[in-house]
Amino acid sequence: MTAKVLLEVKNLHAGIDGNEILRGVDLTVRAGEVHAIMGPNGSGKSTLAQVLAGNPAYTITTGSAQFLGKDLTALKPEERARDGLFLAFQYPVAIRGITNAYFLRSALNAIRKSRGQEELGPVEFMDGLEEKLKLIGWDDSYVSRPVNDGFSGGEKKRNEILQLAVLEPKLAILDETDSGLDIDALKTVAHTVDKLRRPDSATVLVTHYYRILTHIMPDYVHVLSGGRIVKSGGKDLALELEEKGYDWVRDKAPVA
Amino acid sequence: MSTGIEAQVLQPYKYGFVTDIEADVVPPGLSEDVIRLISAKKGEPEWMLEWRLRAYRNWLKMPEPHWANVRYGPIDYQAISYYAAPKKRPQLESLEQVDPKLLETFEKLGLPLEERKRLAGVAVDAVFDSVSVATTFRETLAQQGIIFCAISEAIREHPELVREYVGSVVPYNDNFFAALNSAVFTDGSFAYIPKGVRCPLELSTYFRINTSATGQFERTLIVAEEGSSVSYLEGCSAPIRDEHQLHAAVVELVALDNATIKYSTIQNWYPGDEAGRGGIYNFVTKRGKCLGKSSKISWTQVETGSAITWKYPGCILQGDNSTGEFYSVAVTNNRQQADTGTKMIHLGKNTRSTIVSKGISAGHGQNTYRGLVKILKGAEGARNYSQCDSMLIGDQCGAHTFPYIDVRNSTAIMEHEASTSKIGEDQIFYCKQRGLAAEDAVNMIVNGFCKEVFKELPMEFAVEAQRLLGISLEGSVG
Repeated sequence: MTAKVLLEVKNLHAGIDGNEILRGVDLTVRAGEVHAIMGPNGSGKSTLAQVLAGNPAYTITTGSAQFLGKDLTALKPEERARDGLFLAFQYPVAIRGITNAYFLRSALNAIRKSRGQEELGPVEFMDGLEEKLKLIGWDDSYVSRPVNDGFSGGEKKRNEILQLAVLEPKLAILDETDSGLDIDALKTVAHTVDKLRRPDSATVLVTHYYRILTHIMPDYVHVLSGGRIVKSGGKDLALELEEKGYDWVRDKAPVA
Repeated sequence: MSTGIEAQVLQPYKYGFVTDIEADVVPPGLSEDVIRLISAKKGEPEWMLEWRLRAYRNWLKMPEPHWANVRYGPIDYQAISYYAAPKKRPQLESLEQVDPKLLETFEKLGLPLEERKRLAGVAVDAVFDSVSVATTFRETLAQQGIIFCAISEAIREHPELVREYVGSVVPYNDNFFAALNSAVFTDGSFAYIPKGVRCPLELSTYFRINTSATGQFERTLIVAEEGSSVSYLEGCSAPIRDEHQLHAAVVELVALDNATIKYSTIQNWYPGDEAGRGGIYNFVTKRGKCLGKSSKISWTQVETGSAITWKYPGCILQGDNSTGEFYSVAVTNNRQQADTGTKMIHLGKNTRSTIVSKGISAGHGQNTYRGLVKILKGAEGARNYSQCDSMLIGDQCGAHTFPYIDVRNSTAIMEHEASTSKIGEDQIFYCKQRGLAAEDAVNMIVNGFCKEVFKELPMEFAVEAQRLLGISLEGSVG
């Protein structure tokens, strides 16, 4: 029996300010899978992540994207999030004066509320948070700090993973979560993501580098170049890319 | 962008109802006779009337000030009624005799006055148009020698105290609107905290404008004797009306040696509609005098209402080692205009002042911070820290900052920080991606921005302030 399809992207074209960046992306992600999307700078990796999350700065021109059978374009960003689509941002933003704990609880409660679940009070929430903090190797001093305010690059990335752990999405898109992390932090983050895998959820890793894939084994590796997926394969493809660079696949890219 | 947000814009001002109550209204117009009539209605002693008349005669010679960064049409002072009171006069001694409609009004505003429903830990003086209708917890306070009553009552019952301090911080000829207030003030609160007493309750006054075509001119006087302390909070609201209504209040605070006064305001006068029709003109003079050494006066204001706000709560730091503080959040949405800030006048040695101002502009709102820090020659070792942050929501609004600094003593240390930020699409998107609705995201970002001010508010009211801020900004982001 094949696993449930979570995300189905077909011939997706999208851009920003009139510039087309994605030029026909096809991607199918099923429950339980880990996909790695690799590719050189400017190939459209982050655009794909932002478009799927619903960033209003981007416009979809043609093609379709379905999440859990629903047309993504008909859903507001917050509705996508409540349905279980999570994006770990490449550049997480800071929110002054709002503690991490408050932010996380508000987000979790917004999601719970949309599903008809009871909202969590501060005490109940903190009880559950302890364990998630442990996963990423943080003490609770981080939860009383303002969201990403004064955080180092690495701390911000780790904070994204803490949010991932708390919100338990169906589909997690990690946009270059590995860049800017030192080796130890990378290991912690990767192991956390790996531990959070569930048979009913999937992960899409957007990355430049092979190294995170040594910690989270992908089921599929895709190479994005010139706004479309030019090659897909198993985990071995990542290793091949690591050795040969992107040029050899880029050369194979069909003429746009 | 989202219809949910647009629906929120249409949500009416929550406190815009009118209480249907028979009122004793003095016909519009201002003259010495009107002032005599007000004074007589209040049963005032002769000296008070004389003082009012002196103020009036000065006012006649004063031009209306127009230096503030706000725009409005001419005000016809003869078209305003200067006195309105519910006809069935309440007996202040017994709540049973207060018109049930009034009790109902204050209950609707979240301020139940009846004994069993009162807010714990907060004594309330409820002012309806020109009169105080009830003051709660009077006996509890009286046990410690604290006087908390309507100022009109204080003028009759404690004339020696009122006479000593009224006009001692804001003289009757201080400025145009203060002079007008001095001439026609109707009610307001009076609080006196005796030597060494820490006031066990929050003192609070709630001002409600109800009658149409009237102005509200309240006057508040708080005196904290040596070593005493008090925390006071005022709130206000008004019905929705197409006309502009004038509110010109005066607040005077006096802190003696080692006394502390904390004065918090949650200002929620009707702001007018999206097109700028109606709304209160809030032209207010608030000033505290740190008369005694090591005394402290702290102003915290959350200004979300009014069509136009013109106010600069200040501190005269006369006593050595005295401290003045000003924490402010001012929000302007739709067509609201605010020109607000503070004045810190350092006279004594080692005096300190802190200014934290947060201005938020949305819609077509215009928000101006105007602050004066003046350090006089004798103010050896004075220090000031000022921080002015502005936040813009949308691209039709404006934020302006006018800091005036006047230093005449070389030992002074001044720090000034200012920032302007635009609420970022990326911040909102980030919050939405975590499941938060746009309005909740804006609320959260704005509340975070104002946190340094909100933490200064008494606990019971910090929540109210956050909620109000949310309502004020509804519909500002799409």
